Amino acid sequence: MLAIISNVFRASAQRNGAAVIMSARTYADFTTQATFEIKKCDLFKLDEGPATQVVLTRDEGLQYYRIMQTMRRMELKADQLYKQKIIRGFCHLYDGQEACAVGIEASINLSDHLITAYRAHGYTYTRGGTVKEIMAELTGRRGGIAKGKGGSMHMYCKHFYGGNGIVGAQVPLGAGVALACKFQGNNQLCVCLYGDGAANQGQIFETYNMAALWKLPVIFICENNRYGMGTSVERAAASTDYFKRGEFIPGLRVDGMDVLCVREATKFAADHCRSGKGPILMELQTYRYHGHSMSDPGVSYRTREEIQEVRSKSDPISLLKDRMLSNNMASVEELKEIDVEVRKEIEDAAQFATTDPEPPLEDLCNHIFCDMPSLEVRGTNPWAKLKSVS
Amino acid sequence: MAASLRCFLRSGKNTVSALQRREFHRSAPAAVQMTVRDALNQAMDEELERDERVFLLGEEVAQYDGAYKVSRGLWKKYGDKRIIDTPISEMGFTGIAVGAAMAGLRPICEFMTFNFSMQAIDQIINSAAKTYYMSAGLQSVPIVFRGPNGASAGVAAQHSQCFAAWYGHCPGLKVVSPWNSEDAKGLLKSAIRDENPVVVLENELLYGVPFEMSEEAQSKDFTIPIGKAKIERQGNSVTLVAHSRYVGHCLDAAAVLAKEGIECEVINLRTIRPMDVESIETSVMKTNHLVTVEGGWPQFGVGAEICARIMEGPAFNYLDSPVTRVTGVDIPMPYAKILEDHSLPQVKDIIFSVKKTLNI
Repeated sequence: MLAIISNVFRASAQRNGAAVIMSARTYADFTTQATFEIKKCDLFKLDEGPATQVVLTRDEGLQYYRIMQTMRRMELKADQLYKQKIIRGFCHLYDGQEACAVGIEASINLSDHLITAYRAHGYTYTRGGTVKEIMAELTGRRGGIAKGKGGSMHMYCKHFYGGNGIVGAQVPLGAGVALACKFQGNNQLCVCLYGDGAANQGQIFETYNMAALWKLPVIFICENNRYGMGTSVERAAASTDYFKRGEFIPGLRVDGMDVLCVREATKFAADHCRSGKGPILMELQTYRYHGHSMSDPGVSYRTREEIQEVRSKSDPISLLKDRMLSNNMASVEELKEIDVEVRKEIEDAAQFATTDPEPPLEDLCNHIFCDMPSLEVRGTNPWAKLKSVS
Repeated sequence: MAASLRCFLRSGKNTVSALQRREFHRSAPAAVQMTVRDALNQAMDEELERDERVFLLGEEVAQYDGAYKVSRGLWKKYGDKRIIDTPISEMGFTGIAVGAAMAGLRPICEFMTFNFSMQAIDQIINSAAKTYYMSAGLQSVPIVFRGPNGASAGVAAQHSQCFAAWYGHCPGLKVVSPWNSEDAKGLLKSAIRDENPVVVLENELLYGVPFEMSEEAQSKDFTIPIGKAKIERQGNSVTLVAHSRYVGHCLDAAAVLAKEGIECEVINLRTIRPMDVESIETSVMKTNHLVTVEGGWPQFGVGAEICARIMEGPAFNYLDSPVTRVTGVDIPMPYAKILEDHSLPQVKDIIFSVKKTLNI
């Protein structure tokens, strides 16, 4: 009965404008900003760290909420589509880690640069990709952000260098991007992400050395979600203090489930880089709800209780929501409305991603080389002479 | 203007001074002798000057003037920003170079020898070569990987491998292998100006060898197109195809064979990928015989690829005998001189193979 009434009200609200039914409360009722006490970061080779008293405005809160919710629902939809075999191959989901991507982007500019590994759908979104083109890339359609040629691990957009499949390879690349920033003197920086598993790659230590030597404006960020595929950090690393592994590079260990902690730490790190001090390292302690990828149920090396505990006590979206509600910065209805809008956006995107056609066969050999007039490419047999255009 | 001046000077009044000024000499245009090393140096110098986004990084490239002195004088001229000495971290600095290329610079990444590029090969193939394709054209990687490739002298197995076949295998990469100074300068300049990842396989034994540089080649804008082979010597009896150092060996063999009335057409591949098969086919359709010569190992090598392509194309029907491959011996490179000498194609091996192919 109540459901019918509220549906009627909602329907009329949509006709008359949401404000009428939405609340007897107007925006003037909400607190426009509040100060929060956040967890102090562990510091390495730093005398002082990020602020622990931070201000969150209502607008910022709503924005972070919306983006995190969009990322969450997008990943869950990808899970669904994968199980329906509409997405194939590798699919590494980011749900649980949303505060990292959102917190980082909140403290850098789109003119800065970012590179990460294969758990990249969230970053593709925060860097400017649309849900539609991300999902269509996952389903391998021509409307995908890489026209269906890249897939889950190879999505790119402006100042976002993927999406990289080879564990650790993105770290030197990120330092190279930072070198270009320094070379060009444009005051931009590069955020270079890797996981706790990748943190043991030799090329990362080579990169630490050169980044520090040449004072490159790079923020190295280790997203420590406690497991490198099926191997827990204790079983992989002689030292699990990932924020100290840069040895001569200052480091911070940050609560990666709190978007404000991540934002504040990134702000601190960005200031460090832009002041010419060279690289800095951040370890974000975070958690992934899904297994390593869709082929990993994620419960053979960790308990369901552990997953459930993180979900109930540390979920990044819930944390933000509770903060906003308890400080009168938003209403339950308002947040629910955002949820509804997000759900619709995801549904529409999924609809597009499942109905958009696959890339045309003519596209098979394109984009081998840049700026090349037509090139002949050998097909599967000597008579198959295919054409490539850049 | 210059022509009339030349006429005036030739008329005798200022003969002495005319002879001193080479550009007014009445015979050939002013070619100079230049070593491959200097040609490479000149190429980099000109490109560094031309485009401020170009920079060189690698071990010992700056203050040491280059392990083989190829980058001599460049650090002094361009400074720390453009000529960067790296620590011994191939995987790291190659990745850094690729990242810099992605972000808009035009790096030249030097490997002290291509043997060390194996440490970094993931960055070359997975991060550089494949990215334009994976991103469907969103992300280009204008980078040059260069350094000495193949056998040197007495450096033994770990320092003597030829990587032409390895890099030539991969779509998304361009691979060039210059022989003489003109090749070196022209191909390196093209590589630097190219929007794609280009591997430039130089040869240490050729660095010190002087070759003639035509007037055209001395120009600051002299480039050689990537993907086009060159006929170094015309002939009708047999086609010899080689790249890098062995072009010279083929020409030497051709000189000897000419005395016996066998005229070899010698093709300098110049580019391994994309390979100019058409030039080879055209030649084979004329000579009816083909011998490939390379320093690398036979299995899955450059010669093997040429054989396969010839079989698949129009030239097959013109062959009077199967294609012959002259290659390095299928062993890790030994140290002792006598053994090393017998591990690589010598001129006599080429002569022998030509005669076998011609059934002489």
